[in-house]
Amino acid sequence: MSDTNLKEQNEAIKVDTEKGNFTYPENYEFDAGVGLSEDTVKYISDVKKEPEWVREFRLKALDIFNKKPMPTNWATKDLENIHFDKIRYYLSKGQVPARSWDDVPDDVKETFERLGIPEQERKFLAGVEAQFDSEASYSHMKEDLEKEGVIFVGSSEGLEKYPEIFRPYFGKVIPSSDNKFSALNSATFSGGSFIYVPKGVKLKQPLQAYFRINAENFGQFERTLIIADEGSEITYMEGCTAPKFETTTLHSAVVELVALKNAKIQYITVQNWSSNVFNLVTKRGMADEGAEVKWIDCNIGSRLTMKYPGVVLKGKGARGEVLSIALANDGQHQDTGAKMMHLADNTTSNIISKSISIGKGRSTYRGQVHMPKHLKNCKNNTECDALLINTNSRTDTYPAITTRGENNTVQHEASVSKVSAEQIFYMMQRGLSEGEAMSLAVNGFVNELMKAFPMEYSVELKRLIDMEMEGSVG
Amino acid sequence: MTTTLETPTTTSSASVPTWLAERRSAGLEQFKNVPMPSARDEHWRFASVGRLSIDGYNPSAAPADDVLQALDARSDLVSEPTGRSVYVDDTPASFKGISDELAEKGVIYLPIADALVQHPELMEKYFLKESTELGSQKFFGLHASSVKAGSILYVPKGVTIEAPFINYYWTSGARSAVFPHTLVVAEDNAQVSVVDVFFSETAENEALNVAVANIHAGAGANVFRKVVQDWNEKTVSFQLDTTVAERDAQVKNVAVNIGAERARYEAQTRIEGAGAHVKMYSLTVAEENQEFDQRTYQIHNAPNAVSDLLYKNALLDSSRTIFSGLIKVAEDAQQTDAYQTNRNLLLDPSADANSMPGLEILANDVKCSHGATTGNVDEDELFYMMSRGIPKRAAMQLMVFGFFEEIIEQVASDELAGNLRALIHKKFETKLND
Repeated sequence: MSDTNLKEQNEAIKVDTEKGNFTYPENYEFDAGVGLSEDTVKYISDVKKEPEWVREFRLKALDIFNKKPMPTNWATKDLENIHFDKIRYYLSKGQVPARSWDDVPDDVKETFERLGIPEQERKFLAGVEAQFDSEASYSHMKEDLEKEGVIFVGSSEGLEKYPEIFRPYFGKVIPSSDNKFSALNSATFSGGSFIYVPKGVKLKQPLQAYFRINAENFGQFERTLIIADEGSEITYMEGCTAPKFETTTLHSAVVELVALKNAKIQYITVQNWSSNVFNLVTKRGMADEGAEVKWIDCNIGSRLTMKYPGVVLKGKGARGEVLSIALANDGQHQDTGAKMMHLADNTTSNIISKSISIGKGRSTYRGQVHMPKHLKNCKNNTECDALLINTNSRTDTYPAITTRGENNTVQHEASVSKVSAEQIFYMMQRGLSEGEAMSLAVNGFVNELMKAFPMEYSVELKRLIDMEMEGSVG
Repeated sequence: MTTTLETPTTTSSASVPTWLAERRSAGLEQFKNVPMPSARDEHWRFASVGRLSIDGYNPSAAPADDVLQALDARSDLVSEPTGRSVYVDDTPASFKGISDELAEKGVIYLPIADALVQHPELMEKYFLKESTELGSQKFFGLHASSVKAGSILYVPKGVTIEAPFINYYWTSGARSAVFPHTLVVAEDNAQVSVVDVFFSETAENEALNVAVANIHAGAGANVFRKVVQDWNEKTVSFQLDTTVAERDAQVKNVAVNIGAERARYEAQTRIEGAGAHVKMYSLTVAEENQEFDQRTYQIHNAPNAVSDLLYKNALLDSSRTIFSGLIKVAEDAQQTDAYQTNRNLLLDPSADANSMPGLEILANDVKCSHGATTGNVDEDELFYMMSRGIPKRAAMQLMVFGFFEEIIEQVASDELAGNLRALIHKKFETKLND
């Protein structure tokens, strides 16, 4: 890659948390008010002019949400600080999703500008869908993709225009009853991306969406469903920043991936919500025969993140992978992990998780590897490495592994370490400050994993890590 | 609940000191008030709690003398112990106390009842003081309210005892409930080893066992405990063990688990002194519909200490094993080295191995790791042996015994190791030879 190209990319992906630290006046045309009731859900459904079955789906999910207890029997008690009755569940400008850049309102453009989502990104992104609060405010896709039959729309549009494609899989990989927060999302979802890649179509460039929260006390409940038809390939990238508010904000997304026979889906997330956000996300992929689902997941922001991307290995020879990096700074709890459900012979899965705890930050790995039936030749490999920077940093690891069957192998390894004093001393001798040395050591810790990431994301991630490491020593 | 377990049947209430009466009644309250485990309880995850029942068991009346004598004769795992006790359904069958020489040094080895009379202060300080935090608090309460059988061992400062103490706990009666208790207190720089053995009289007598063992290792003390659990497969068993290790103490625990219909084993080690070194080893042979549910907890409350855990399970038929281990390193426990390994060998496609190796690390200058692997017999190794003329079954047996040898050799006694190999062989022979 040429220098100019690299420079351009560096410019393009500048995401600075400070830049997210601003707001615009709230002038929302549709506002479901505060709190969650049947009326709120009906209101959302009315505004979206949804068909009856979607409305029923939402109401049923609300019922499940109300019945399910908080998972505090295993999860952190911090969940009890979420006040569901003080959250706004729906906001929209009533915008029709924009089709060209010119249609996008100026203040929204400015927001994206400050977030570092400039127009030139389109050069290397096949389509951009950026979400301003609940609705897709900007949507663009290159013509050649449209010609190939790729569908890339918001959730409402997807269910309305292409029910024959999306309805069979909607809520199937992650049922509303999966957990309390998937039920919440199913009742209140708005926004997100619905993507369909036809048979044999291999997207060379990643699709990308930026999400953003911009109303105080506003929970964002986007819903994403990606279907890769037989033999197709897609990479999807999702990045987040959010402005800072004084009261807590809830983000609870549901992401479902469906990889049909021999398809490949790669889903990349860089999560950098501000430190008052509860980020409780359910992500799961289904891999059919010979298919591959790969989650690349980086969690840097938020107050509490609970996210365990999973793959249901449903067809013979399916592959699942989760590569994750978590960075927990003061006041943050990154509770992340992975789930691998082996339901067919010859399925393989790989989990590599690296976490860094700074100051009083706490990072937690929870994993589940399940080979419950009489399967043959399944393999799982799990590696969890934790790095602790300060004396009061904390890390936990809670894997759960169930194995049955013939010729299956499962291995799990975890280690906890700190940056060695020798390393720091050596680097400081060579003229680096202690902070720089620490930053370098931390980047070294995650370097191997970063190689698996697309270039632009690893550069962005390095910058974010450097920023987080500022002031962590000395 | 139809059981009469809630009515304590403890003996000679006249001589019960106040502190003990209080601990017993507190235990009974705990047993009554804590609900039965539920599937939602993380401490019982994967356990088949739905099938767990402790109803209909009762403490048995004293067995006939010929039963006591016969089982005493069958208590022969170690030929020359320093002290030896045999209990059948919590009734003493025989007791070999210590030599006068050791008694003069201040060593105490007595049944609970005698220890309560002769050493009330020692008992008040240690007896029923420490419970695991691993989920069986209800059953610890039951034990506290009901315990009467068990041996108390006290080794004063600097005393070294080479030959082991051995306690045999048998069940015999119909639907008998037993509450074996082992207490080991090793003062500073003392050295001692203890073997606890759990046997059933026949293959058929149903029983409920709620055993507790508490070990206190003082500064520089060296305590080696071995546990042999070979109940029949009609027994519901709980073993709730705790260890407290002070500065520079060395504690090694080796558990061999063969029997029981379902066996819950909780092993908790609390390191309270810098430089302590604790080892926890276990091997389990699971067959038929047996369920082995093992929960371990390595608590590092002091710096510079080492703990090492290795639990190996071999699974036949439709058996299940659950290993749930947690290493917790407290904020001030810097320079901790803590390791935890669980290895499961699946010998039947229907067997079910669950593993939950956990870490909670609150200090940064530590070396901690855990690993869990589950797999089948290595096909390449099997092929190699078969190509050398060893029949498949024999080759598999060799590999299984090789898998266990790592634990067996930790027993560090040729006689006991030999006896343990025989027990394991016995269990495997019919399985791998068919």
